[in-house]
Amino acid sequence: MSRLTPTLDPTTAHRLVVRDLTVSYNRVPALHHIAFELGCGESVALLGPNGAGKSTLLKSLAGLLARETGSITFHGNEVAGATRDFAYLPQRENIDWDFPTTVRGLVEMGRFLRLGWWRRFREEDCIAVDEAIAAMRLETLHRRQISALSGGQQQRAFLARALAQQAHVFLLDEPFTGLDKPSQDNLKEMLRTLRGQGKLIIASHHDLQTVPELFDRVILINGELIAEGPVNEVFTDANIHKTYHTAPFTGPAGRPHHHHHHH
Amino acid sequence: MDWLTEPFHHEFMRRVVVGGALLGFTNGFLGAFVVLRRLALMADSLSHSLLPGLAVALLLFGLAPAGLFFGALVAALIVAMGAQIIARSSRLKEDTALGALYTVAFSLGVVLISFVKVRVSLLHYLFGNILGLSDSDLWIIWAISLVIVPLLVGLQRPLLLTLFDPTVAASQGIRVNWLNFILMFSLVLTMIASLQAIGVIMLLGLLILPAATVYLLCDSYPTMLWGGGVIGMFGSLAGLLLSYWLNLPSGASIVLVLGITFFGAFFFSPRYGLIRRLRPARHLHAESLARWPQDSPREEETSEKTEG
Repeated sequence: MSRLTPTLDPTTAHRLVVRDLTVSYNRVPALHHIAFELGCGESVALLGPNGAGKSTLLKSLAGLLARETGSITFHGNEVAGATRDFAYLPQRENIDWDFPTTVRGLVEMGRFLRLGWWRRFREEDCIAVDEAIAAMRLETLHRRQISALSGGQQQRAFLARALAQQAHVFLLDEPFTGLDKPSQDNLKEMLRTLRGQGKLIIASHHDLQTVPELFDRVILINGELIAEGPVNEVFTDANIHKTYHTAPFTGPAGRPHHHHHHH
Repeated sequence: MDWLTEPFHHEFMRRVVVGGALLGFTNGFLGAFVVLRRLALMADSLSHSLLPGLAVALLLFGLAPAGLFFGALVAALIVAMGAQIIARSSRLKEDTALGALYTVAFSLGVVLISFVKVRVSLLHYLFGNILGLSDSDLWIIWAISLVIVPLLVGLQRPLLLTLFDPTVAASQGIRVNWLNFILMFSLVLTMIASLQAIGVIMLLGLLILPAATVYLLCDSYPTMLWGGGVIGMFGSLAGLLLSYWLNLPSGASIVLVLGITFFGAFFFSPRYGLIRRLRPARHLHAESLARWPQDSPREEETSEKTEG
């Protein structure tokens, strides 16, 4: 955070600005000229049908995919490639849950980016890890191997890792998928906590009914940006219909194509 | 007690013990990465593809150690890269491409060795002969161990992030492709160092059995690395001494000792053993009742535990 302080400017501070973002797989565009502006302390749902480019947008924000056009700026600084201000949480099925690590070990991984390859764990690192574990209410579970957690607890463990990393932008791919009601409520509360700490949360989501209770803003995409704004203004039947019942934009010739999602 | 110290009275046996311990440690340490990265098939392919390299080197340069070293290195790299090329330029997946390529390479090696003029035995390369360890072999083992282990220790954080989730590691600015390359290169060097002692066929056992054993016993990444090294080292020593006392082939007896520890962990590991899995779960009547206190509403945390 301190790294960025000198350049903070009230008009751009704590703003994530995406302009004219196009991302292609094998020269076939999956996202076309996306633009939006978000602020820290917001929790944003990324909505759209399968193949709309939700994962692509998250990965692109995380610096995992090359951009064809466009810019992403955070705090007024251009974000090029990987940054530890952003934390990307992959879908649950992409994680090897048998990996030999405990919850604590997982959260400690978040510190490695700050420590580099060599530097030893210091007291401040242990404190950051403890705080992240406490914020996600994992104190009683921190010695457990990660497969010995419930789905909701696993999500919280990954959020704790991002907290220990001191990330500001949390990019979550379908975090609520497969959670039962109590775990959903719990995760919702944790995301509120993060939002209260001034984090920006962007989560792809597919359950339209739960959008108003879980998020304060929505981004509706279908290859292109359909609408973006506060839930009560933008999350309307007309916009939803437009998002889910329009065939995805497939380029000038209108050729059908496959979006190759590399998971 | 004479029988216990007797092996160490021979100069060649002291050399063998040092070489075996080093190889056991280096292989066991590296094996953790192979197990976690699921590279066992790749490792097996690489070890078999050393043979044609050795054969060509023998044909061209005779028994010169440098020739053998580079022959083996080049052959392994050709098979590893060739499999990538086949997998990317056809609809075949990498496992099939590797399997196709390394069996062909291995057969080529077997055929080529029969043309070699110098008196070498195919069996020597297939099964190894640690008792024939020369001084130059021992130096190669020292050199490679002293490069590989510190290198892996130095890179253990980025390697951990990459092994756990390559996508996220890449998003954090880690050069995942470079780390994979370093891992493969370490693998080939370690195999070349181990060739004389254990042979191309059983190399894989020395590499993955210690790590597989620790994987069944613990949930800690550093323990996996160092534990693999320690099990590999003591397993090799025990195997060597057994082979000396009972006059058994050295490579096979090392792998058998490591195999016994592996099956021990597989059956008896307190956390992940088969017996633990099959034992009926304890009935938690008291705990179940305790979840429902009479006078206060149940907590959120307890309800969540029933999920998974």
